[in-house]
Amino acid sequence: MNNRLLAAVIILIVVLLGVGTYVYSGAMDGKEVLVVATTTSLEDTGLLEEIEAAFEAKYPNIDMQVISGGTGIAIEYGKNGDVDIILVHDKTREEELIEDGIGTKRNPFAYNYFYIVGPSSDPAGIKGMDASEAFEKIQEEGEKDPEAVEFISRGDDSGTHSREKKIWKAAGLDYNNTVQNAPWYVESGKGMGDTLTIADEKQAYTISDSGTFLAFKDKISLEALITESPDLLNVYSAIPMNPDKVPTTNNDAANKLVEFLLSSEGQKIIAEFGVEEYGQNLFTALNGGPEPTALFSSFLVGQSELAA
Amino acid sequence: MLSPVIDGIYQAINLIITLDPEMVEITLRTLYISLSSTLVATLIGVPLGGLIHFKAFKGKRGLINMIQTLYSVPTVLVGLFVFLLLSRSGIFGGFNLLFTPTGMVIGQSVLILPLLVGFTINSLSGVQKNIEDLALSLGASDFQTIYTIMKEARYALIGAIILGFGRAISEVGVALLIGGNIRGFTRVITTTISLETSKGNIALSIALGIILLVIALIINLILNYIQEK
Repeated sequence: MNNRLLAAVIILIVVLLGVGTYVYSGAMDGKEVLVVATTTSLEDTGLLEEIEAAFEAKYPNIDMQVISGGTGIAIEYGKNGDVDIILVHDKTREEELIEDGIGTKRNPFAYNYFYIVGPSSDPAGIKGMDASEAFEKIQEEGEKDPEAVEFISRGDDSGTHSREKKIWKAAGLDYNNTVQNAPWYVESGKGMGDTLTIADEKQAYTISDSGTFLAFKDKISLEALITESPDLLNVYSAIPMNPDKVPTTNNDAANKLVEFLLSSEGQKIIAEFGVEEYGQNLFTALNGGPEPTALFSSFLVGQSELAA
Repeated sequence: MLSPVIDGIYQAINLIITLDPEMVEITLRTLYISLSSTLVATLIGVPLGGLIHFKAFKGKRGLINMIQTLYSVPTVLVGLFVFLLLSRSGIFGGFNLLFTPTGMVIGQSVLILPLLVGFTINSLSGVQKNIEDLALSLGASDFQTIYTIMKEARYALIGAIILGFGRAISEVGVALLIGGNIRGFTRVITTTISLETSKGNIALSIALGIILLVIALIINLILNYIQEK
């Protein structure tokens, strides 16, 4: 038995060395590594996979490695120096990051909108309102009947969650005391896809970036009730980490990714992404234009035309 | 709601028959990481457990209690702990091990080490005292005595290794926090299941779950074969 055990251990070690070499060789192979932390919406919709493929085709010497999480955790990775560049959507925190010298520059490369979604029966009757009015109404109706009107929050410090908190504030509600502990308010603590699924199961309201919602539309019965509201604009930007603060960062490759995202090639991928599969684009390219500040959803029409 | 399950089984069979390249890659990586961590934890844990069992020292009971408590340490807690060590701002940050398969092996080894140490101690304690006496009375050296006892305990030891491997391959906390679920580099079966579920691809998740169970079955069969005389 002992010989057999010994033989098994030796075989195991040899196999592991072999497989290990295989596992590493595919990815490394003398390439330089660019570690990207991204908000879940860019990854879950599949956009980043396309960008990665095109970027790596253009720069065969760079291996782009994508870690998907909320904006909160992406920023944390950046602060620790564990990633070279972050793709996030929370302007306030992004500007803080630049001010602290951790990131070099905000590079807006795409935008879409947050949608307030809910059951098609719309028990709180929010359709047609603007975002903060709708939140106020959800709170009112939720207090009256928490069984019928519920709101599911990401509750994960992501960019979407941080926007949600801003809207509660704009609605004149105290998030920490009035909203967070309310019986009609549920924190999922999960990504956008999971949160949409939970909201669908519970037939509740939630706020979602339009990209993830459109990618999920066929899997759930929820409806986008509010899509045109100035405070629902959602801008994605790329921020390379500052080599002065994080000496190990691969700033060169990070800048190449920014350049690629803003190039006409990168912008075209963004503008066309999802048109074939979902019938409309999930993200709007900036095409060298200025960062939008307060717009309306009419952009969807223009963009589809452009993509077609 | 059975249709996703049936769909999943169908898709699993399809993925296996067609040897889907991404599935093969993820499966190989999963095996590499979990087997490596089981090997590392075994090579450290079994001798360490033997040492604790055969040596008499103060606080031994307390140490064993602590090791046993660590059986139930949450995987995400180990993940977080190792994350903080491997992060570039952490103690071992200079090695650049965060978000790499090697980092995941370290994390999973830490996770299952207490299991292997504890179960080694248990299985050695399970060997009857009279075997030790017999070996000694037959003039065996210390080394020969320990060897004899280890041999008697081998079934329980292999059980411990199977358990350790099972915990390593099935966990998601360490894999997600240390690996980062990078496509083509650190993505393993459990993190893929988690991701695909959040993308709404239930059938693919079930398919991958079935593949994971098949792997576990094969590994168990191999280990059972080894322990048979």
